[in-house]
Amino acid sequence: MATREVISSGNELSALAAADAGCMFFGGYPITPSSEIMHELSDLMPERGGVCIQMEDEIAGVAAAIGASMAGVRSMTATSGPGISLKAENLGLAQMCEAPLVVANVMRGGPSTGLPTRVSQGDIRQAKNPSHGDYRSITLCAGNLSECYTETVRAFNLADRFMQPVFVLLDETIGHMHGKAMLPTVEEVQAGIVPRKEFTGEPSEYHPYGVGDDEPAVLNPMYKGYRYHFTGLHHDKNGFPTEEIETCRKLIQRLEDKVMNYTDEIELNEEFMCDDLGADDVLIIAYGSVSLAAKEAIRHLRKDGIKAGLFRPITIWPSPAKRIKELTDTVKNVLCVELNIRQYTEEVERVSSRLDIEGLYKVNGRAISPYEIVAKVKEVF
Amino acid sequence: MAFNYDGYLRLEKMPTLWCWGCGDGIILKAFIRAIDTLGWNKDDICVVSGIGCSGRFSSYLDFNTVHTTHGRTVAFATGIKLANPSKKVFCIAGDGDALAIGGNHTIHACRRNIDINFIIINNFIYGLTNSQTSPTTPQGMWTVSQKAGNIDPTFDACKLAIAAGASFVARECVTDPKKLEKIFVKGFQHRGFSFFDIFSNCHINLGRKNKMASAMENLDWIDSITASKTKYDKLGEDEQLNLFPTGVLFEDTKVREYCDMYEDIKDVHQGKRKVITQDDFEKKI
Repeated sequence: MATREVISSGNELSALAAADAGCMFFGGYPITPSSEIMHELSDLMPERGGVCIQMEDEIAGVAAAIGASMAGVRSMTATSGPGISLKAENLGLAQMCEAPLVVANVMRGGPSTGLPTRVSQGDIRQAKNPSHGDYRSITLCAGNLSECYTETVRAFNLADRFMQPVFVLLDETIGHMHGKAMLPTVEEVQAGIVPRKEFTGEPSEYHPYGVGDDEPAVLNPMYKGYRYHFTGLHHDKNGFPTEEIETCRKLIQRLEDKVMNYTDEIELNEEFMCDDLGADDVLIIAYGSVSLAAKEAIRHLRKDGIKAGLFRPITIWPSPAKRIKELTDTVKNVLCVELNIRQYTEEVERVSSRLDIEGLYKVNGRAISPYEIVAKVKEVF
Repeated sequence: MAFNYDGYLRLEKMPTLWCWGCGDGIILKAFIRAIDTLGWNKDDICVVSGIGCSGRFSSYLDFNTVHTTHGRTVAFATGIKLANPSKKVFCIAGDGDALAIGGNHTIHACRRNIDINFIIINNFIYGLTNSQTSPTTPQGMWTVSQKAGNIDPTFDACKLAIAAGASFVARECVTDPKKLEKIFVKGFQHRGFSFFDIFSNCHINLGRKNKMASAMENLDWIDSITASKTKYDKLGEDEQLNLFPTGVLFEDTKVREYCDMYEDIKDVHQGKRKVITQDDFEKKI
């Protein structure tokens, strides 16, 4: 794999990835700690023939981005937790209409205004279900600078593959981290782009939502002779509102199955020093910037004679249920480390069917240090 | 020969969900006739609507159509327009949609002067949800959320649009479909934000409890609160007080449109020209 070396920040790398992945529209609103994504795209978009617009509020930011996506271009918005709260309704519309979209969320302390300039991972649960109703969120989480780039690229491809919004979670630490990152070349990124499906037959035979039971909608770009309808209402195969019982059931079941039947295409994990873990060793589960501290802690623990390893979900939702189950079946001592209170631990408990998962949580806006993790492991196991 | 609407309608969606005598149908027909007069291709048109009775407008028209969330119509349309600036984008919103929940988006779309045709179907009430007060409900009228009579001051949508920077602002009523069609034709051709405040009737959910239970009574009331701009301008301040002027209320053909200006931004970033200066904000004629 050809690579290039770049010195940049997490937020800037996410913006660069969007541009390299063919994003042509960004709609946003200023919010700490994500604003640098918009700053960067306000240069990159017009430079590459696209549009970056700062809208009047968070709601309009995502609405404009969804509008551009409906028109047929790759589109993005970026924000932080309070912005997601505001965008939630329109994210639901994008789920229902099956409009692909990339949503970067650089997490800060919450709830409410919280700790605007400080780190948190408090939006894990929010990312799963930001808006009402049944649908499956696809949520990726960058754990280092390179991934701010690669996960944003992956999010664009997944959005077009599954025809729905895809979250890229950064956290304040990763977003504002500045340093060296190894990135794939632009050529490689472009070669990996899988554009959304397009119907090319007779307009009379085009049924954008008339797809297989677990397939995403096929939404042609506007203005090409295929005049159909988008709506947030339950709709039929052509996108028109309906209350017909079976059509409604099938639509919502399809939104579930189009993701859950294909999780293998979405799942991505990192296992760090997990190969040699036995029943009495220690499995740490962490994601995002916390995983950097966890890796450091594992090196220290191993020096002290405690065999530990890290499981890091890069795809947070849908959760890598099968792999978590396998690992937690093997290793007795499991510690989740999060910058929130039990948000992913509860998912680990669910998929592992274990209620003895230990946790190290921090919600004061400060990062968790490797030493805190080392101390916690020595205390509880 | 009577105008044939069939080519523009999704006939399989007929009849509409609107009540008998609803003004929405008159606006829909005037809209179609205006598009037909302009000779625009159906494929080049996108119609975006919000939530409320007016929200169904988009689903009846055989264009590229989008039914969005409550109040956000023009925010979605902004993205749709910027993605394909050469195409024609229309927004249909109700008075609650455009002036209450979506008020902020309306203000800023006017301010940007983006080439979108924004039509408010203003029936002075939340009709679909059964008679709650809207920003345009006249003071004193009965609503289901203010049964003693509405005490909230009434909004003049056109004054708002002019103040916010829309470059074409017009008001017309469903009582005169011909005028409605004419004003659409004029406004649709305007490059910039075209704002239409169209007074319509809701005799079912405004009229029944306010002594105008039939469509005709409701329409007569609309007639009684409007006067053409020419007439209105000749009236004294006292006489103008309870009247709304109709016709083209404001037009600025010099101010530049947003998508056009964004092309300048692209040129700057692509090294084709230097930064934007004060001179760039007016059209060169």
